[in-house]
Amino acid sequence: MTNLLEIRDLHKRYGTVEVLKGVDCSMRQGEVISIIGSSGSGKTTMLRCINMLEEFQGGTISIDGQEIGYETAGGARRRKPEREIARQRALTGMAFQQFNLFPHMTAAGNVMLGLIKVKKMSRDQARALAEKWLDRVGLLSRIDHYPGQLSGGQQQRVAIARAIAMNPKLMLFDEVTSALDPELVNEVLQVIKALAEDGMSMLIVTHEMRFAYEVSSRVIFMNQGRIGEEGNPREMFLKPKTERLAEFLKTSTFN
Amino acid sequence: MDYAFIDQLWVARIPLLKGLGVSISISLASIVAGTVLGVFVGLALVYAYRPVQWLVRGYTDFIRGTPVLVLVLASYYVLSTVGIDLGPFQAGVLALAVFCSSHVGELVRGALQSIPKGQTEAAKAIGLTFPQTFAYVLGPQALRQALPAWVNTAAEMVKASTLLSIIGVGELLLRTQEVISRTFMSLEFYFFAGFLYFVINYGIERFGRYVERKTAVPS
Ligand SMILES: Nc1ncnc2c1ncn2[C@@H]1O[C@H](COP(=O)(O)OP(=O)(O)OP(=O)(O)O)[C@@H](O)[C@H]1O
Ligand SMILES: [Mg+2]
Repeated sequence: MTNLLEIRDLHKRYGTVEVLKGVDCSMRQGEVISIIGSSGSGKTTMLRCINMLEEFQGGTISIDGQEIGYETAGGARRRKPEREIARQRALTGMAFQQFNLFPHMTAAGNVMLGLIKVKKMSRDQARALAEKWLDRVGLLSRIDHYPGQLSGGQQQRVAIARAIAMNPKLMLFDEVTSALDPELVNEVLQVIKALAEDGMSMLIVTHEMRFAYEVSSRVIFMNQGRIGEEGNPREMFLKPKTERLAEFLKTSTFN
Repeated sequence: MDYAFIDQLWVARIPLLKGLGVSISISLASIVAGTVLGVFVGLALVYAYRPVQWLVRGYTDFIRGTPVLVLVLASYYVLSTVGIDLGPFQAGVLALAVFCSSHVGELVRGALQSIPKGQTEAAKAIGLTFPQTFAYVLGPQALRQALPAWVNTAAEMVKASTLLSIIGVGELLLRTQEVISRTFMSLEFYFFAGFLYFVINYGIERFGRYVERKTAVPS
């Protein structure tokens, strides 16, 4: 059986600065992997490569056996056509630190846009799905509100509904609670936990250590563009093998 | 004296009305053409390949740095020397449309660049292609953003239409001057023409406000 996600020897440079220096990672269907690590270690960059928001210069990323973004023909590596890349991006869903809701559309409109334009659903089908997912994130009553009328936590939940409604094979979360007031963090984490219980495959970059401990089947510690250590959350948090991880855990708050 | 003015106004009503009609035609034509062209200019300034961007940037900077009157005169007198023979109306509208396009282009560029990058990324992340992203995410936001400044530009075009009197287009200002040369009531008729321009621009401004209100996003 092929892995859901297979990353081999991923290299990424910004100009001459190499920020991913050979990352390998495989992930099975239904796994929940948290990615932790200090600022600048390349966590965001890794997620952004997976859905081609960033180009990368070396290595391969495959989802369900499909190579993402590039194809190699006759020894030459080429970026895939933009239409194909757009189609591949729909394999993954992404939630951002800054929510990035479309401010001129209602909560329903945000969720429906991709369903109608990418999945080619009718308005009625799309609306029904928007209702289903906004209900799941506890916002059915806000379905016709605009982002400007919602709190940060509510906006982030709409953003998650927007991504999930597209029925991605893999969800990517990039510090989705970092921009939120402390009292709003929990409602968003609850939504992600519920998704984990449903068996959604997720890659979660987070600074919430307790959450990572509770929700993940595996934790990856990024360190200076490489995977410093990985394992199940118990081993990682309670018995770190590397000095680096032990250091990192010491400086992070576990609440 | 008041009655004398009203008498003269009545006598001159046909040419003045015709002049008003011509002024409105000039403004409408140059605003419509200038806006359509300007949207392409704006798109090119943001999305075109570098060399095209530089070319278009040169175009807008040059046009915006040139007095409109010079553009009008050039369009009328210089184009004919290279074999393009336009009547005064066409030449004038061309000059104003070009002027308008460079301003609208800048507005569109500014509006597009003010949209956070996260919007494009979120659109990409749900699998939208670039044309779709533009049509449903960036375009509608840029339009709202650019609308108030666009209304100003439209009002400027109405004012600039008076410059066409210099090349003999029979618009409101030229007709007014003709009436004045006959009646010597310069104060009254200039004031009257000024009032008409004010009414047009006030109408444009109200219309802009109305559209702004209609398209405002609740928050
Ligand atoms: N657009 C960019 N241009 C140049 N360098 C960048 C860019 N984005 C990120 N970097 C650099 O790449 C490195 C990795 O950044 P990345 O955002 O992936 O870190 P991170 O692990 O997500 O950190 P944080 O916890 O602060 O979010 C950093 O050194 C950063 O400065
Ligand atoms: Mg980051």
